[in-house]
Amino acid sequence: MSPLLSLRNLRVSFPTRSGTFDAVRGVSFDLGRERLGVVGESGSGKSMTGRAILGLVRPPGRVSADRMELDGESILNLPERRMRQLRGARISMVMQDPKFSLNPVMTIGRQITEGYRLHSGQSAAAARQKALDMLEAVQIRDPERVFNAYPHEISGGMGQRVMIAMMLAPDPEILIADEPTSALDVSVRNEVLNIMDKLVRDRGMGLIFISHDLNLVGQFCDRVLIMYAGRVVEELPARELHNARHPYTRGLLDSLPRLDRPVGRLAVLQRQDSWRDAEITTPLPEGL
Amino acid sequence: MLTVRDLDVWFGHPPDRVDAVSAASFSVASGESFGLVGESGSGKSTILRAITGLIGTWSGTITVDGQPVTGQHRSKAFHKTVQMVFQDPYASLHPRHSVDRVLSETLHLQGMDQIDRRITALLDSVGLGRGFRFRYPHQLSGGQRQRVAIARALAAEPRLLLLDEPTSALDVSVQAEILNLLSDLRRERGLTYVMVSHDLAVVAHMCDRLAVMRAGRVIEEMPASALRAGTAVSDYARALIAASASYQPA
Amino acid sequence: MNPTTRTWLLSDAPQTRRQARLGALYQGWLTFRANKLAMLGLVILLALLGIAAFAPWLAPQNPLAQDLAGRLKPPSAAHWLGTDALGRDILSRLIYGSRVTLFIVGTVALIAPVIGLFIGTVAGFAGGWVDQVLMRITDIFLAFPKLILALAFVAALGPGIGNAVLALAITSWPPYARLARAETLSIRNADYIAAARLQGAGRLRLLIGHIWPLCISSLIVRVALDMAGIILSAAGLGFLGLGAQPPMPEWGAMISDGRTYILDFWWVAAMPGMAIFIVSLAFNLLGDGLRDVLDPKGAKE
Repeated sequence: MSPLLSLRNLRVSFPTRSGTFDAVRGVSFDLGRERLGVVGESGSGKSMTGRAILGLVRPPGRVSADRMELDGESILNLPERRMRQLRGARISMVMQDPKFSLNPVMTIGRQITEGYRLHSGQSAAAARQKALDMLEAVQIRDPERVFNAYPHEISGGMGQRVMIAMMLAPDPEILIADEPTSALDVSVRNEVLNIMDKLVRDRGMGLIFISHDLNLVGQFCDRVLIMYAGRVVEELPARELHNARHPYTRGLLDSLPRLDRPVGRLAVLQRQDSWRDAEITTPLPEGL
Repeated sequence: MLTVRDLDVWFGHPPDRVDAVSAASFSVASGESFGLVGESGSGKSTILRAITGLIGTWSGTITVDGQPVTGQHRSKAFHKTVQMVFQDPYASLHPRHSVDRVLSETLHLQGMDQIDRRITALLDSVGLGRGFRFRYPHQLSGGQRQRVAIARALAAEPRLLLLDEPTSALDVSVQAEILNLLSDLRRERGLTYVMVSHDLAVVAHMCDRLAVMRAGRVIEEMPASALRAGTAVSDYARALIAASASYQPA
Repeated sequence: MNPTTRTWLLSDAPQTRRQARLGALYQGWLTFRANKLAMLGLVILLALLGIAAFAPWLAPQNPLAQDLAGRLKPPSAAHWLGTDALGRDILSRLIYGSRVTLFIVGTVALIAPVIGLFIGTVAGFAGGWVDQVLMRITDIFLAFPKLILALAFVAALGPGIGNAVLALAITSWPPYARLARAETLSIRNADYIAAARLQGAGRLRLLIGHIWPLCISSLIVRVALDMAGIILSAAGLGFLGLGAQPPMPEWGAMISDGRTYILDFWWVAAMPGMAIFIVSLAFNLLGDGLRDVLDPKGAKE
C-alpha cells in the first residue's frame, strides 16, 4: 500500500545573526493509516516537522525536502492559497492548548461550521448537523449547548475535544496532533486520547502524534520516531520502546521517575555530540 | 515545621466568591518531604500561596516553625525560614535582571554579608558555576533558569522550601537533573520540602508522605509507599493513580 | 570592529558585570542597525543635533537681520531657501529654529513621560482607591482635546515658548500614565515579583527596581513615536501666536507668518513645513526601530 504521506530528507532552517540554524536536519518517514508518534525534547525539531508538513513555517524560515508527498502528490512549498485548501480539508492539526487555538469571540458552533463549509461547500443547515454530529462523536453530552457556547464557557478538556471535532469535521486524511494532551489532567487526557484513537481508527486516518511523553507515546501509538537535534535518531514499533537501543532513547526512559521502580537517584542523560550526526540505528522501511 | 489547620482560601467577594481551598489540614515535620498532589484547580498551589502571604484571603491556622502567621504580611524571620520555587522558570526570573543582580539583591534584602563570596557559593551549590553569574535569563536554558531560581530561594538559607511544580515546565532529562539537585540539597542542608505536583511519579520519588487533593479538599493522606503500592483508600485517589500509571486504550 | 571585540561583546557567557552590560547594549545596537529606516531616522536626528549645536557657524546669515528691500525672494544662490516677508533668510531661520524645536522636544520628552510613568505605575501597583483617584484625574485630562487644554494653559500662564512647552508637557502625560498602568497591571502578578516579595522586598523597591525598568522601554518607544505629534502641537501653538513670540525663529510660527503669502510665495510656508515633516518622520522611524530593540515582549523571545 502506498503511504498517505511520504517525507524524504526534510530540512527546516532559519537564518540567524550567527549563521543558519537548522531546526530540522534531514527527516524521512512514511505515514500509513497508523498512529505514528514523534517524540523528543524541546528543540528537537518535532513540532517544526509538523508545521513544515502543514506549510506553517513562517519566513524567514525555509523548508526543503527531496520529497514531501501527500497521496503521491507533492505538497512541498505550495503557494499559500493551495496550501490553505489542503489544510483543514486533507491535513488537520490539533495544537497543545485549546485556549489559544479557539477564537474567543465566536461561538464554538460557528467555528466548527465555518471551517467545514469553507472546505466542503455544504449548506448552513448541513454544516450545523455535521457540527452537532462531530460534537457527539467527541463524546460531548450536550452538543446543542456546547454548539452555542463561547470558548471561555467550557473547560480545557472540553475545549480540546472541540478542537478535535473541528479538525475532524472535514474528514481529513491526516491528523497532526502537537502535544494535544499536555495541558490536560490525566483523567481528561485519557478520555481525549480514546476519542482521538477511535476516530482515527474508524475513519482510517493517519495520525502524527507529537509529544514529549515517551511512555504515553509508547502506549498510544503504533510506531515511534525519536528525534534529537533535528534528526530522527531511532525508529521502532511502539511496543518495543522499552527495548530501545539508542543511548538517547534509553537515557530518556531512564531519567523518568517511575511508580513501580523506586530509585535513590535518577539517571541523568549524558548528551553525546555523536548523536547529532550518527546514522539512525534502526533500518527504515524499504525505499530509503 | 509547618502546620496547616482548617485552611479555607477564597477569591472574590460574594456572590462571586470562589472557594479554592476548603478545610485543608496537614502538618509537615522538620526534615520531612511532603507532597501535595491533585489535578489542576484542586487548590494545591493555592495553599502554598496562602502560606507565603501571596494570597491574603484565607482563614484557618498556619503555623511555621511554631510561629502562627496572619493575613498577607510576613515577618523578616518568615522570609529567612520559608522560601519558594515557582513552576515556570521562564516567568519567575525578571527578564531585565542578570543572575548577579537577582542573587545580590536577594542577599542584600536578607541582610547577608560577604555578598560576592556568597553568590559564587550559591552558584556552585546549584551546579551552575561562576561562569553563569553575569548572564541574563534569555541566555539561559529552562533548566539553568530553574537552577537560578533555586539559588535565589536558597540565598536566605531557609529551612522550609515550598516547591510549586518545579519541573513540570522542563524536559524529562532536565527534570531528572533538577530533582537530583533538590534531593542533594535537602540531604546536605537538612531542608524540609513541601512539593506540589500533578505528576505522581515525581512526588513518589521526592516525598515521604503526600496528600491527595480534589476540588479544594484534602481527600487522603498517605505515605509514598502506599502510592507506589497502589493501596490508596479513597476511590478518587485510586482512580488518579490508575489514570497516571498508564493510558489504557478503551 | 575587530573580530575579538565582537565575540567578546556577543558572548553568551559574560565574565564581568561590564561585559554583560556592554554585550546587552551591543545586541540592542545590532537589532537597531538591522532596521535601515530606523538608522535613517537616527542619522537625521543626529544631523539635527549637529545643526542646532553649530547653528552660528552653519547659518549663512543672521536669522533676525531684516532686509525689506529683498523681501519674499524665491530660493536663489544668495538665499538658498528664499526670504520671508521681512526679507530674513529662511535657511538661517530654519537652522536657528532647530534649537527651539530641540528645546521643545527635549523638555516635553523629559517631563511628560516621567509624570506618566510615576502616576501610571503607582496607580497600577497600588490598586484600590489610589488607582481610582489617579485614573479619574487622568481621565479628566484625557477628556479634553490636547491642543484646547494646552491653549487654556497658555492663555492662563501667558504666551511664550516656555509656557507653551510647559502646557504641552502637562497635557501630554495622560496617555503615558495609561500605558504605564497597563504594563504594571500585567507585570504586577508575575512570578518574579512574587519571588522578590518573598525575599522581603518592599513596595518602593519593587516599583523602582522591578516594574520601572520594564515600563520605561515601552514608554521610550511611545515617546519617540509621539514626538512628531508634540512638534506639530508646538507648531500649532506657534501658529496661533501662543507659542514662540516674534522674532524668535520657531518653525510653527514661521508657517503661520507664511500663510498670508501661501499662493504667491509658497516657499515662505513650505520650507519650515518641510523641516517639520522631515524631523517628525525621523522620530517616527526612530521609534519604530526602538520598538524592535526595547519592546519587552520581543526581548523575551
